[in-house]
Amino acid sequence: MSEAALLTMTGIVKEFPGVRALDGVDLDVRAGEVHCLLGQNGAGKSTLIRVLTGAHQPDAGAIQIDGEDVQLNSPTAAIDRGIAAIYQELDLVPGLSVAENIFLGHEPSTFGFSRRHEAALRAREILEGLGHGEIPVRREVGSLPAAGQQVVSMARALSRDARLIVMDEPSAVLDPEEVANLFRVIKGLTERGVAVVYISHRLEEIREIGDRVTVLKDGATVATGLDARETPTQELIRLMTGRSIEYVFPPRAEILSTAPVVLSVEGLSRPGEFAEISFDVRAGEIVGFAGLVGSGRSEVLETVYGARRAATGSVHVDGKRLKPGRVQSAVKAGVGLAPEERKSQALLMDEAVFKNITVSSMERFASVGFLNRTAERQVATQLAESLDVRPPGVDRPVRNLSGGNQQKVVLARWLLRDCRVLLLDEPTRGVDVGARSEIYALVRKLAASGVAIVLVSSEVEEVLGLADRVVVLREGQAVHTGPAQDIDEHQVLDLVMEGSSV
Amino acid sequence: MSEAPLDTTTSTQATVVPPTAQRNSGLLSTGVGRNLGLVVALVVLCIVGAVTAGDTFATGPNVLTILRLAATIGVVSIGMTFVITGGGIDLSVGAILALSSVWATTLATQQMADSYGWIVMASTALLVGAACGLVNGILVAYGKIVPFIATLAMLAAARGLAETISDRRTQIVANNSFVDFFGGSLIGVPVLVWIFLLVAAAGWVVLNRTTFGRRTFAVGGNAEAARLAGIKVQRHTAALYVLAGLCCGIAAVMLMARTTTGSSTHGQFYELDAIAAVVIGGTLLSGGRGTIVGTVFGVLIFSTLNNVFTLNNLSISAQSVAKGVIIVIAVLLQQRLASRTTSS
Repeated sequence: MSEAALLTMTGIVKEFPGVRALDGVDLDVRAGEVHCLLGQNGAGKSTLIRVLTGAHQPDAGAIQIDGEDVQLNSPTAAIDRGIAAIYQELDLVPGLSVAENIFLGHEPSTFGFSRRHEAALRAREILEGLGHGEIPVRREVGSLPAAGQQVVSMARALSRDARLIVMDEPSAVLDPEEVANLFRVIKGLTERGVAVVYISHRLEEIREIGDRVTVLKDGATVATGLDARETPTQELIRLMTGRSIEYVFPPRAEILSTAPVVLSVEGLSRPGEFAEISFDVRAGEIVGFAGLVGSGRSEVLETVYGARRAATGSVHVDGKRLKPGRVQSAVKAGVGLAPEERKSQALLMDEAVFKNITVSSMERFASVGFLNRTAERQVATQLAESLDVRPPGVDRPVRNLSGGNQQKVVLARWLLRDCRVLLLDEPTRGVDVGARSEIYALVRKLAASGVAIVLVSSEVEEVLGLADRVVVLREGQAVHTGPAQDIDEHQVLDLVMEGSSV
Repeated sequence: MSEAPLDTTTSTQATVVPPTAQRNSGLLSTGVGRNLGLVVALVVLCIVGAVTAGDTFATGPNVLTILRLAATIGVVSIGMTFVITGGGIDLSVGAILALSSVWATTLATQQMADSYGWIVMASTALLVGAACGLVNGILVAYGKIVPFIATLAMLAAARGLAETISDRRTQIVANNSFVDFFGGSLIGVPVLVWIFLLVAAAGWVVLNRTTFGRRTFAVGGNAEAARLAGIKVQRHTAALYVLAGLCCGIAAVMLMARTTTGSSTHGQFYELDAIAAVVIGGTLLSGGRGTIVGTVFGVLIFSTLNNVFTLNNLSISAQSVAKGVIIVIAVLLQQRLASRTTSS
């Protein structure tokens, strides 16, 4: 790592109508370092990346590369300066081959005819340089797993001689094993003098891979050049939030053994996904599922809900059997699902908050098909207020709400139906640190009101902190079931990784 | 009296917009801006018409002619608005209209109409339309065939069937009471125009005030979210195509009254005209956002354009070019407006 700055951004300001997204951001990145960008959702990380990659033009401030003032007027200008970005949603063309994707836009060619053989050779060379020579360069990118696609994205950046690569939460789609792989690739890059700007919500990753940290809050740099390994967690959280708390889990209530079993799942199986899953959830109880990506956690939840059809096994709610593979049957019996992909599976992003809340209970507001919008709005407003959805007002489109508040809207939808069973899939994904504790408190409050809750989360801490009982899944099998207090994070990780980590 | 239909549309708009305004300033600018653009376009067309052919254009009878021509395609476009808002497309509307008109004017149907009245012909057209729509709906919703292909197949099949039944001959509507009723006027306004108004008003109410309409937006905006929220997405999708088919049946009755014929060549290119009217009206082709008021304006703009060109003795080909230009301008303007509101 050299001491001279490769990139210096000073006093960057970016305004959108009505919002000052960036309000004086400073960032300096050295060649060969991993520079971590920390900040809550809405702190301005994404906007800063867009400015850096030429997608947005800053309203004020200066950008220097190698000490020379530059204007990044367009994505092409940024690429020409050696800046590349790897986004969460990978921007690859799924129908083209690995090599074609790597050289997309600058294919080796003669008079417009692409030299496919040369492209394949060079692609293989770059992939080998990244330690992933095993990826077949003629394979369609769409058929690669997420981790493989990410490597192709990086290869594409390198094919353009990128000197600075921005990675926006690259580990979000990866398993721990794949993350370890990613880190090896990043180390290889930095050894060649490439600088990496690394965005992640996971502090342990930053400790492992990062060199220096810049913290953003409300569109401004609050700290820069912090040591990624030495800076205490409390300090980083304090900088990000302006207060120093970690997640607060609400105290558990005692579940009486006389409380009725609301949800009963028996011998549920789907070949290739999970097998013989059985569990009961009593009124007021929270049962948490822990497991890796691909362990079948979400699939179990969606099968209980009827969004997937069970091959064998049964689901009973209040003693009545649900029709397999029928969402309506589950909804009618009082089951609600807050799915993992809120934006694509739960919300009508352009519709008003109140319409999103009432969408599953429309009959309540309708007489012979005509909707009583005043009543809809009134009830939705009450719910939104009681869940503290911010900003208040149920008429704005859900799109304009933050992740945490969008999640509250989804919960409100099922509250309105007086749900008996609530299935929560990654309830705090994309929810910032401050709002998490609120969601946790809300979930516990729901349970206290007699709802049976099933929680699925990739964060072990969340499952252990929030649930009363824990089911640990590994490769579609329940390997452990028991009270949450009797097991700790290390034991859970041991269980889920056993066999797969050696 | 000539302004009555226009007044109705603008007043519906006026009652719709204020609540939107209080609810959401972001959408207000699109809602008003978009409809304002359509009003301006229509006014400009009218001014052009009045200047170039003032003596004939700005007369009561001519306005009624415009509206009568707008009525048939208008009813088809209302049905199309529902399908497109629900995330689909229906290329078979013109063919369904032709088949309905042919079936309703066969010798057998007309003989029955002689004994039981014109209602037999009208309900035959409606039933045939709805049945074709049901086939479309089943293919799309349950057969999982993409709407473009399923309705393209229906386009070919329905027109073919219409040719077979009619033996490619134009069938004359012999039932006088049918022609008298639908060809007549009510309070000085043609019955055809009344039907269009009725269908448009009903369409507006259903789309904006009922659970059916709300579900249409939900299914078109995000089918997966709608399904997981407990909406019967397949059944609803099928229902949308039935509705569109029913509208084609109604339009067939109207065209039979206007031309006093049933023919397998009726409704040529209606699918394109209807899609164009719906899209310039502001309904998103990708679904999830739809406006009946916009569609009505879209239809009026095209039929006025038609009229102005005809009065000035300009060729049909010139009309088509102008139509193409208008579609492009309208969509460009919409995109401009949409991007302005999403970035704010």
